[in-house]
Amino acid sequence: MAHFTKANSIYEWLDQRLALTKLWKVLAAEYWIPKNINFLWAMGVVLMTMFTILVISGIFLLMYYKPDTKLAFDSVNYTIMQEVWFGWLWRHMHAVAASVVFLVIYIHMFTAIYYASYKRGRELIWISGMLLFVTFSAEAFSGYMLPWGQMSYWAAQVITNLFGGIPFIGDELVIWIRGNFYVSDPTLTRFFMLHVFLLPLIILMLIGLHFYTLRIPHVNNQDGEDIDFDAEAEKYKAGLKKEAKVIPFWPVFLSKDFFVVSVFMIFYFYLVFYHYDFAMDPINFDPANPMKTPPHIYPEWYFLWSYEVLRGFFFDVGPLSAMDMGLIAFGIANVIFFFLPWFDKNDEVAPAHRRGGFFIWFWLLVFDMIILTIWGKLPPTGFNAYIGYVAAVGFLALFAALPALTARRRGLLMLVIITTLLLFIVGYMVYAETMESGIIVALLFLLFYALFFLSPVVVKRVGGAK
Amino acid sequence: MNRELKILAIIVILVGITYWGIEPYAHSVMHPHHEPATFKYEDLKPLNVKGDAARGKEAIVNNGCTGCHGIEAAGFPAPMDPVTASATYGVNPPDLSNIASVVDRKFLANFIKNPVHAALLEHKFSDSKPYPMPAFYGSDQDLADIVAYLESIAKKDISTREAYEVACMRCHNLKYDNLTVLGEKPKFKNDVERAEFELNLAKYEANLQNYLGTTPPDLSMYIRSRGPEYIRDFVENPQKILHGTAMPRVGLTEAATEKVIKHLEKVGDRKKEKRERLGVWVLLYFVILSVLAYLWKKEIWKEVI
Ligand code: HEC
Ligand code: HEC
Ligand code: HEM
Repeated sequence: MAHFTKANSIYEWLDQRLALTKLWKVLAAEYWIPKNINFLWAMGVVLMTMFTILVISGIFLLMYYKPDTKLAFDSVNYTIMQEVWFGWLWRHMHAVAASVVFLVIYIHMFTAIYYASYKRGRELIWISGMLLFVTFSAEAFSGYMLPWGQMSYWAAQVITNLFGGIPFIGDELVIWIRGNFYVSDPTLTRFFMLHVFLLPLIILMLIGLHFYTLRIPHVNNQDGEDIDFDAEAEKYKAGLKKEAKVIPFWPVFLSKDFFVVSVFMIFYFYLVFYHYDFAMDPINFDPANPMKTPPHIYPEWYFLWSYEVLRGFFFDVGPLSAMDMGLIAFGIANVIFFFLPWFDKNDEVAPAHRRGGFFIWFWLLVFDMIILTIWGKLPPTGFNAYIGYVAAVGFLALFAALPALTARRRGLLMLVIITTLLLFIVGYMVYAETMESGIIVALLFLLFYALFFLSPVVVKRVGGAK
Repeated sequence: MNRELKILAIIVILVGITYWGIEPYAHSVMHPHHEPATFKYEDLKPLNVKGDAARGKEAIVNNGCTGCHGIEAAGFPAPMDPVTASATYGVNPPDLSNIASVVDRKFLANFIKNPVHAALLEHKFSDSKPYPMPAFYGSDQDLADIVAYLESIAKKDISTREAYEVACMRCHNLKYDNLTVLGEKPKFKNDVERAEFELNLAKYEANLQNYLGTTPPDLSMYIRSRGPEYIRDFVENPQKILHGTAMPRVGLTEAATEKVIKHLEKVGDRKKEKRERLGVWVLLYFVILSVLAYLWKKEIWKEVI
């Protein structure tokens, strides 16, 4: 048994039993972060702040919310928004945080992609991050259902319906998820459970995992430099603070994050008080009405890009209907980022602007996802259908091309590019009705998907530039 | 330029483009542009006869208006209770005491003369399915007198709630203001009273649905779901926005429309003022915090760079 002496203060008493001093050192005061970083490395702490806001405001809302299709709408829009002391503030904060958190998640993700922070020992950080992304998406979707407005209902209707596209079990699965043949009271109650209990619990555990995975590899830096953290930490502790390439998490790293969070809060609260419509869709202030389909149904903005991948395929291909083609692409889009570390065949860790073709790839991806997001909201009529198709095929093509690009396999890369361009052309001809979607289109897609699935498996990894 | 600022600029531009695409641009595509309301009712002919209020009082009785409408201000109670009236006419004819406080003068004359035409409901009503209020076949002088009379009894300054009651209440519930199509929901002494009220409400709503072919929505949250501009333009001319809708043009003046909107705001967005006031302080707080945080960061980082 450990040796206990009489403690001279409460802190000492606790320290003897819990090793607080040591714990603090391990977690914060002597957890090392590279010095060579910019404010993009503060996004993780911003996310943590947003998550905390979501939890706290959520607890307040939970005290008055009623998960019942007859009561939900009024409990939110009357009781909480008008009667409860500052209820409106908690609701606005919760709704806006739920939307803004995705903006920060996307910035955080694309930072990791830009600086190649998903490979060479950081794969698990990336994967736990993606798990967080997926759970956050489910959390947002279930939360959006709770006010039981028109969009709550119709988005739930459309999205749960998608599971019907899964072969063999689809129809049963939809009923199982909804707890009824259509979206109704049991659907609301179970999504309520998911939203306030199970998913937050999973998120908390995943955040723990995410931080744990960061421990050994440490965070990356602006130059992808491979830092010897132990040696640099010794320098720092020896007082060579200016020469050391690292800083401690507390107080140096966090002092900067604290500033970034404060500035971010100005932006966030501006939205909360004066500019919330993008996060609290006006249509959702109409109570759910199963008899009245809104003229435009669209998901929240952060799902628009994958929604557009789903809608992008507007013609049948071989034995597959347009809907099947869309669902396949949609399924891929939702998981593809998990596999990024294995689509990137280059072991080099460096910012995109030092990785040649990857730099172009990165910006094409950003550009494509913005196009998908915007066209995901526009009605898919006329030429919009074709733009959606190009952006959706383009999205998959970027991943199909990545192994060849990063392994510098020019021949293969050309093949992917040519196949993609041909798909753009035949797509246009089908759109313009100068061609039927026949065997040629089917073969092209077959080739395309073959390249997509085989490249990451067949192409060999190459070492980095250094 | 400082690298961090460059990164920030890129993010701001990309987020800005995306925002523009999914909000202002997408909405302009989804909701086609319509001309904003002018409240001039230019399709209607003005009445160029000068009316006399005293003669109007007689004319209004002689022309049978009080057979359907109450005029409380002049001592004419409503001839029927709302439920019976709705069973007869589909909707309860509004009390006319303050109708001239909300309805435009020109519109009023035109509505009395030919209600279906003024309300823009020619696609809904015809000789085989007549409108509940008959057209007026009297002289223009009688018409002018009636209008003058209605103007003489109308309160000059009605509250926002009264404006809503006169103009919209016969069709729309407003439950967050405790208002139903039957009027203010009373305090019930016992369950029997409550059940009776609810039965009456259900009957009225069923008649209304039968008359209009659809149930007019509860307007409690419409200030948030549609916003003030939409309501303003919609009330001035519903057909312009929802082609073929059963909602009549009710012909409000601009001022009365603003009152109705104000009321809907008081009911559906009652914390607006508080929100806008508090917002300033919260923002100020974080601005100050940011400055302090920046100074603290500088202080700490002095040692390491
Ligand atoms: C047979 C019954 C009947 C008679 C007679 C009648 N009305 Fe009406 N009136 C109605 C009904 C019903 C409505 C409501 C219609 C609706 O909103 O769909 C109405 C509505 C009105 C309105 C409201 C218009 C608006 O824009 O909101 C006015 C003003 C009016 N009547 C004036 C008169 C006058 C003046 C007379 C006599 C010349 C008259 N009414 C005679 C049944 C009647
Ligand atoms: C004679 C009955 C009647 C009166 C009076 C009336 N409305 Fe309506 N209103 C309707 C009906 C019916 C609808 C449903 C229209 C539809 O869905 O086509 C409607 C719909 C609406 C809508 C929703 C439009 C949309 O975008 O779906 C608003 C807003 C509205 N009314 C406001 C008002 C206001 C404000 C007033 C008073 C100034 C008023 N109404 C008076 C019958 C009426
Ligand atoms: C909302 C949930 C999340 C929280 C709270 C969170 C938190 C953090 C924190 C605090 C850090 C360290 C500091 C930093 O680099 O920002 C970090 C790093 C990281 N996160 Fe997340 N994160 C979340 C979601 C994600 C997602 C969705 C991804 C991407 C799939 C991701 C991928 C990464 C990666 C790769 C790093 C390492 C960055 C580097 O090495 O430079 N995280 N995260």
